[in-house]
Amino acid sequence: MSNGIIAHLWLIPAVPLAASLVILSLANTQGTAAAAVAVGGQVIALLFALAAFAQTLATPGYRAFQNFTWFTFGEQSLRLGFVLDPLAAVMLVMITFVSLWIFVFSVGYMAADRNFTRFFAYLSFFSAAMLGVVIANSLLLLFICWELVGLASYLLIGFWIHKPSAAAAAKKAFITTRIGDLGFFLGMLWLYDRSGTLLFYDGGGGCIEHAGLVSLGASATFIALLIFCGAVGKSGQFPLHVWLPDAMEGPTPVSALIHAATMVAAGVFLVARTYPLFSFGAVHGVTPSLTVVVWIGVVTALISAFIALGQFDIKRILAYSTISQLGLMMVSLGVGGVAAGILHLLAHGFFKALLFLGSGSVIHGCHEEQDIRRMGGLRGLMPVTFATYAIGMMALSGVPLFFAGAWTKEDILHATSEWPASRVPHYLMLLGVVLTALYMTRQMIYVFFGQRRAAAEHAHESPSVMTLPLIVLATCVVLFSAVLTPAWPWLHRYLSGERAVFHLAQLIQPALLLALVFVALGIGLGIAIYRRAAESDPVENASPALFRFLENRMWLDELYDGTVLALARALSRASDLLDRYFWDGLARGVGLIGRWLGRLTKGFDEHAINAGANDAAGLARGFGRILSLRHSGQVQTYLGVIALGMLALLLLYAWLI
Amino acid sequence: MTPTLQLFLIVSAALFCVGLLAALSRRHAIFILIGIEMMLAAAGLNFIAFWRFGPQPAPPNGVMVTIFAIAIAAAEAAVGLALVIAAYRHYRTTNVDQLDQLKG
Amino acid sequence: MAHLITGLLFIPLLGALFLSVVPRNYARAIALGSNLITALLALTLWRHFDPAATGLQMVGRHLWVPAIGAEYLVGIDGLSLLLVLLISLVFPFAFLAEKMGRRFCALMLVMQAALYGTFTAQNFILWFLFYEMSLVPSFLLIKGWGSAKRDRAATKFFLYTFLGSVAMLLSFLGIYLLRGSFDFSTLAALGKGGLVAGNLRWLIFAGIFLGLAVKVPLFPFHTWLPDAYEAAPTGVSMVLTGALSKMGVYGFIRLLLPLFPNETRIVGPWLLGLAVCSIVFASLAAWAQSDLKRMVAYLSINHLGYCMLGLFAVTATAAVPAKESQAALSGVFLQIFNHGITAAALFYFVGLLEQRRGARGLNDFGGLMQRTPLLCAWMSVAMFSSLGLPGLNGFVSEFLIFKGSFALAAGYTATAVLGLLLTAIVFLRAMQLLFSGPLTERVSDFPDLRLGERWIAVPVTLLMFAIGIYPQFLFSIFNSTVVQIGRLLG
Repeated sequence: MSNGIIAHLWLIPAVPLAASLVILSLANTQGTAAAAVAVGGQVIALLFALAAFAQTLATPGYRAFQNFTWFTFGEQSLRLGFVLDPLAAVMLVMITFVSLWIFVFSVGYMAADRNFTRFFAYLSFFSAAMLGVVIANSLLLLFICWELVGLASYLLIGFWIHKPSAAAAAKKAFITTRIGDLGFFLGMLWLYDRSGTLLFYDGGGGCIEHAGLVSLGASATFIALLIFCGAVGKSGQFPLHVWLPDAMEGPTPVSALIHAATMVAAGVFLVARTYPLFSFGAVHGVTPSLTVVVWIGVVTALISAFIALGQFDIKRILAYSTISQLGLMMVSLGVGGVAAGILHLLAHGFFKALLFLGSGSVIHGCHEEQDIRRMGGLRGLMPVTFATYAIGMMALSGVPLFFAGAWTKEDILHATSEWPASRVPHYLMLLGVVLTALYMTRQMIYVFFGQRRAAAEHAHESPSVMTLPLIVLATCVVLFSAVLTPAWPWLHRYLSGERAVFHLAQLIQPALLLALVFVALGIGLGIAIYRRAAESDPVENASPALFRFLENRMWLDELYDGTVLALARALSRASDLLDRYFWDGLARGVGLIGRWLGRLTKGFDEHAINAGANDAAGLARGFGRILSLRHSGQVQTYLGVIALGMLALLLLYAWLI
Repeated sequence: MTPTLQLFLIVSAALFCVGLLAALSRRHAIFILIGIEMMLAAAGLNFIAFWRFGPQPAPPNGVMVTIFAIAIAAAEAAVGLALVIAAYRHYRTTNVDQLDQLKG
Repeated sequence: MAHLITGLLFIPLLGALFLSVVPRNYARAIALGSNLITALLALTLWRHFDPAATGLQMVGRHLWVPAIGAEYLVGIDGLSLLLVLLISLVFPFAFLAEKMGRRFCALMLVMQAALYGTFTAQNFILWFLFYEMSLVPSFLLIKGWGSAKRDRAATKFFLYTFLGSVAMLLSFLGIYLLRGSFDFSTLAALGKGGLVAGNLRWLIFAGIFLGLAVKVPLFPFHTWLPDAYEAAPTGVSMVLTGALSKMGVYGFIRLLLPLFPNETRIVGPWLLGLAVCSIVFASLAAWAQSDLKRMVAYLSINHLGYCMLGLFAVTATAAVPAKESQAALSGVFLQIFNHGITAAALFYFVGLLEQRRGARGLNDFGGLMQRTPLLCAWMSVAMFSSLGLPGLNGFVSEFLIFKGSFALAAGYTATAVLGLLLTAIVFLRAMQLLFSGPLTERVSDFPDLRLGERWIAVPVTLLMFAIGIYPQFLFSIFNSTVVQIGRLLG
């Protein structure tokens, strides 16, 4: 199956990785070279990705893979591999393309930072790791790249390491996602145990091919759920979503990269890639694992949409909107709309990158101010930013016809409406549509309309190196919708391996009208509520308690801190104390017994054994003292005694004879 | 008068008794030493006599032992004299009655 | 080829003797020179080692004290070679880490010879001689050059391990009286059929187990370790964790498990429980530490816990599929090597920090990243390697251990995976406290890595990458040994 591009597929992540290594070896002063290498690497990766994409167009349902042996242990070998199929191809193009413009934007945004080169090294590494996730043909290789994505996000979120909050956020991101990764890891072990391979496709022997799935049997559900844990962590799903808003501590291009092209997309991609595990043994498209995915997605989407209403930080609002949209994608995957979910992921990649870069431009223009209460009326001062931001906002809200997000969202709503298990997710997602339009309208009004408040006084439009990516991405958001419409659902069909046919009559669907109504409702509601927005929020004025609840993120962080974290800390302290006092005490107790025994034997020695020996010695000494009295010191006396002795011996001898 | 074993033994016994008497009765350390040497000479004479009148032909054991004993006696006399001189230097006397440091 | 092994045993000893006649300033040079020779010998061993052959190679055998069954019997298989290479790597690293005088270097060399002996001896008496021989220098090193509390720590270390050794010696005397041999392979061949009959076997089993469990150390016999590592000077800590701690694991693989397969199986669940406790409790306790060295020491327990998990998983179940036991054993072997270099590197970096700051509390630093980016970067690599980040060495071995043990003891393994999370928490917390935040007064005059230090840190770190990316070169050493031991134990 290896022909042409697949043999060189590994180059796509390798080029940014090499770029990252090259940049790391550069000095801090060689900023221009670093930026050039990073952007150049990304361009090359994009070209390769396009070539790969072109290859997949050859036949519907194209799939090529190449496996190789990583190492052999004992009598077996561990194999990894790369795969190229429509899913990987579109992701490759989206990631490289969006990353490229984020890189370009960063050149302007980070211009003044003293660790400019390091930043680009990390960015390239981030992109490389994510590209690795996409082309992995082995769950293990995917996991490896997945963890590297986590590392890159850790480095980038904590990039401004002198800020304690950034360091804390980076740690939180890494650890929270690692909690999910534990599930992923266990799922992987279980899968490996059952199917004997971690390769996705291996000419019929892969773990998500039919034979592999059959060998899993009933455990498929649990394996799927464990793997989903990983996706929950990475893609910021409830209850592990708490790291994502904090990740805003990183520089804005990082937020754009995390939220659009890399990191959070990985979770959705993982579910899509391992979808056969989730849907195995489905009855009418419903399995227990998919049902869990749906409900997690629903809860996430709604909770975060509500929380977004209570935020004042321009990036945090976008962060919650990302969580909400990811929830939506999960719902879509769960109800069986895999293509719809991935399409929304792609579209989201474009417009969320646009929105984040736009917010970066706003922040940059307002001199690092992030609080929307201190902005306002920026429409006139930052026209390019405003226009592109508006396009992004409409795409996110789902304003029909011209924006990519609208069509994909409509696709998802359509999919949810057909879910046989329950209609509730469908209705709740409609509520989500209203909320999305509402909070985005709120943000637009606060930032670009109304009076100019404190930080907006000296705002200025950003340099062209920053606005150019905005314009490009905005154009893409609009143009992208051309391949998404129901009239010519080319991309949808491409993903599901079919050919698209053009039917203009299909353009207007009931779901589209439904969406139109709900989006209009949301925007209208937003304008009605926030028309006179000022320093204080209208909702806050109307219901302070509710607003506090939203503003403090439903106190979920505090809840975790007070329960799980507190428990873990207590356990850690307990085991330390246990070690210091109990186990060590036990050992010391044994030692004390030993010492006590020692005392005992010492006493026995002294009073029994030593005493006897002493007495014997004393006896000998006394005897010796008596005998020594006979020693006069007179040599001749001794001699005389000797002579007498000899005489006596002689006499004895004579007598005996 | 032919030399017989008895004759040698009588001479040897006499020599021994003279030596013993000298060693026991004289107070001067050097005379005691001379007495001891005489006793050693008596023992040597004994050896030679027994060898000479033993079964013939005998290996020259008796002569060898005696020559050996004389050589050692010479060394012993040298050491003994040195000791006496050392004792004299230390105590300013050679009277053995006064040299009773080894008294128990 | 046996003379190569004999050379390994005697060259460090000769070096130690030679040290006593040279001027003080040359002590380290002599020690390093001796290490250069032993490293060359080890590499030659590796070159002449036939990775495809099973069984012992380069066996040297001489009668010693026939009356008590003592023989000079040395030889290597893949596992021994791996450990010989590890020692040849860790000792120069430790010598480079610390500038010390003659007596220090001489003691270290004696310990090195003892370690070479432990890992190549194939007769119990000889093995035990070396095993004990390593104990005395380490005791003296901790007591003579340690930090505060060294007396207590050294005594505790000595008493614990010595008590264990005595128990082991008695057990082996018992075996000798019953079976008449001290030869490892002879005894291992008898193991399957029951080495000792009746209830006596439990007494003998317990004696050997105690000796080895203290050495590893296995929970709850581990309390000597944090104290000893904390008190020991940097170089000694590196050697203790990098090389000495492997003696216990090696002993389990060579002695206890092959000699008592049936007994191990009966108490298997308990042993697995102890291994899991080692993993989880040690990482929890590491989290609570504020002293860097103590923290790394606890994580050392945790990492050896993974080794024990893999070993006990293989032995605890009857009729183990070969592929699972091979996965677990490969992981264990690789983990032995990985932990050796990673933990030694961690102690090295802690030592550098301590040298610069004069303290090593987690709260004594802050904002280091701005002052010493290189030091932080290389130290982070060691930390990430230790927490099992893919791409670095730790991941490969931990993955294989978990792969094997999950198939054999799923419940225990699932619990043990918590250790991965906890180590991540511990290290990220450490990185946060040390590297991040505003630059503090305390570290404002820190020098970054000096040239010499860079030459030490970089090769070790590159080795971590090399094993993480292409571990085949190590697997090739012991693949056939894994198969053989897998058959023996499974």
